[in-house]
Amino acid sequence: MEQLMSDLKKQIIEALNLKHLKPENIGDDQPLFGDGLGLDSIDALELIVLLQQSYKVKIDNPQDGPQIFRSVKTIAEYIRAHQTA
Amino acid sequence: MYISATSVIRNQTVVHNGKSLWENKTVSLDDFLNGLYDSLAPEYPKFYKMDRLAKLGFLATEVLLKENAIKQYAPEEVSLVLSNAHASLDTDVRYHEAAKTSSSPALFVYTLPNIVSGEICIRHRIKGENTFFVSPAFDAALTAAYAEQVMAQSSMQACIAGWVEVMDSHHDVFLYLAEQSPRGLALPHTAEQLVKLYQ
Repeated sequence: MEQLMSDLKKQIIEALNLKHLKPENIGDDQPLFGDGLGLDSIDALELIVLLQQSYKVKIDNPQDGPQIFRSVKTIAEYIRAHQTA
Repeated sequence: MYISATSVIRNQTVVHNGKSLWENKTVSLDDFLNGLYDSLAPEYPKFYKMDRLAKLGFLATEVLLKENAIKQYAPEEVSLVLSNAHASLDTDVRYHEAAKTSSSPALFVYTLPNIVSGEICIRHRIKGENTFFVSPAFDAALTAAYAEQVMAQSSMQACIAGWVEVMDSHHDVFLYLAEQSPRGLALPHTAEQLVKLYQ
């Protein structure tokens, strides 16, 4: 789980062009949207693409998005729960 | 109506009011833009997400408004009139290539030329009329006439206008700030003056 969260932080920085941040600047439980990391709706779409391409994980119900993308930890938990071996 | 300030980004050189401000011709255009951002230090992380057209417009506006802030005007009192030759083709081509292997929503949102206008408006809280023309070359007569027309509205106090062009490594940006009252350069806002300043 720790390794997955570490990988996710690097991938999020790369995919979302967050060049002002380093992985260690992103807390495991830090909110990614709103007052947290300040991501927007386009970033959410990029995260969906990231999950599909890097982890082969799809989000079946778009209404689950806010909960899944709440933090790096929640994304990692979703990947673990939905990734096929 | 008067021209208060100008900014030019051409050949990886930045000129403000006719004076060279910054240059770096030894790196790629992308590195030049990031270096100029670091030099200006506006602390605006969204810059890194922008395409090259938006970055050029954003940075040229940062330079333009260095000494001529428009904060004294209400958001509705400032307008924006931009133009270029290649619209968003520089990013359109990148998106077309990227789409062959994966989709990129962040790239897709920049496949319109007037997105640069939106980025400038968000950054400087501009809510007046904004227009983007596409023409083969900088049309000083059109720009001057249209800016005059926009500024003829009683509530309009300032207008940022000019040319924001990029295609591959070729880039050519000329922006000016026009105001109802003489400030800064205080040059007459005429097509002839714009031709001189653009050269």
